[in-house]
Amino acid sequence: MEVIKVEHLAKSFDTAEQKVHAVRDISFSVEKGEIFGVIGLSGAGKSTLVRCLNLLERPDAGAVYVDGKNLMELNKNELMLARREISMIFQNYNLLMQRSVLDNVGFPLEIAGVSKSEARKQALHYLETVGLKEKANAFPAQLSGGQKQRVAIARALAAKPKIILCDEATSALDPETTDTILNLLSRINKEYGITIILITHEMRVVEEICNRVAVLDGGKIAEMGNTKEVFDNPKTLAAKRLLINRQSEKALMGLDDEEVSNGI
Amino acid sequence: MEFNAELVKLLLDGLWDTLIMVIVSTTLGYALGLPLGVILTITDKDGISPHPLVYKIMDIVVNILRSIPFLILLIMLIPFTKAVVGQSYGTAGTIVPLTVAAAPFIARLVESSLKEVDKGVIEAAQSMGANKRTIILKVLIGEARTGLLVGITISLGTILGYSAMAGVVGGGGLGDIAIRYGYYRWETGTMLVTVAVLVVLMQILQGIGNFLSKKVDRR
Repeated sequence: MEVIKVEHLAKSFDTAEQKVHAVRDISFSVEKGEIFGVIGLSGAGKSTLVRCLNLLERPDAGAVYVDGKNLMELNKNELMLARREISMIFQNYNLLMQRSVLDNVGFPLEIAGVSKSEARKQALHYLETVGLKEKANAFPAQLSGGQKQRVAIARALAAKPKIILCDEATSALDPETTDTILNLLSRINKEYGITIILITHEMRVVEEICNRVAVLDGGKIAEMGNTKEVFDNPKTLAAKRLLINRQSEKALMGLDDEEVSNGI
Repeated sequence: MEFNAELVKLLLDGLWDTLIMVIVSTTLGYALGLPLGVILTITDKDGISPHPLVYKIMDIVVNILRSIPFLILLIMLIPFTKAVVGQSYGTAGTIVPLTVAAAPFIARLVESSLKEVDKGVIEAAQSMGANKRTIILKVLIGEARTGLLVGITISLGTILGYSAMAGVVGGGGLGDIAIRYGYYRWETGTMLVTVAVLVVLMQILQGIGNFLSKKVDRR
């Protein structure tokens, strides 16, 4: 069953000099329980695309169906309610700096009208899920990047969403911390059955946890399919370019040429 | 005048008048200026409810009010003050123009504090399905609270300065005493003592403001 379906999405921005078509005619759908990756070089339209999925950015044209409901047709209040089923985590964490970790995690519950004491109780549970229960009374400024992202994930979970959107969620983290976060995301995906849509420019993030991937280039999907198939046998120039980047990375890390050319 | 019971009483009365004027005007100033500052923030083009016409009108009104020197505003507002509090003189008569001067100033301070709040955090709240009220109260005001407190301290200091001109309409207070005794009567001693009390008052306000804003800041 598809939990999100995007049809002919388009979004452009007017800049001083020209009209920028950030997203043009994008269609795809994501099944329930999938981890779907969207990869592209910077400027490919990834961030705009992910912001169109919960209408933080209102598309110029097209439709976004979440559980069969077209978000474009909802009024303000309905959209607010619909957004509560789509959590989002960000590259810069976007935590409330003046609130404790516990109250950050409880924030989506407060928004949904849950009492503060109940919100705190549930928040503590989700902090435990991400392994940060002991930091409940700390403030975001006292945490490392990886810890902040785990708080953000706990906050995303607290809303009990159907979908979690990740906008370059690991791009500000070192490789080891990235792994921790990816493991956490894939655990959440399995345990809670939450669908994850992950936007990134890092190949290895997609390789590690995504079932399917869409390669974005110039605001369009250049190629889409099973992660392994796309990466093993790229058909388009855009996908090949991403692979070349990865191969040069691997070469720098000291892998021998044969392994690289085999696409390992 | 010698330093005696009479002077002490004069200063205490002046201090009381000043405190009443400053505190009441700043409070009323915030009652008007805080919502104005919020509107200026959210209706601006990057705000959560962009509304160019509302923003432009408020922007111009605030600028006009802020460009009138307080002494002139005080005089211009006499008929209005009379209509509001029934008299255009005394402490009550001063609170009205002080409030009118404070509100736009406070609106700007509030606006600049609220605009410091990270856009990403506002976006996060929007993505969680927060309504505007929640974003204003819990994200904008909640996250900007340190800046807002600094703003209160600055406002108290500025209003304290304006209140010195209250003497023109018989408003009383320390500034009035300093001008009457020091300037009109050449009693330099009295003037200096009055100014010293003002200095101490300002230090205390600033000290409390700094202490509180540091205490609530978790960044």
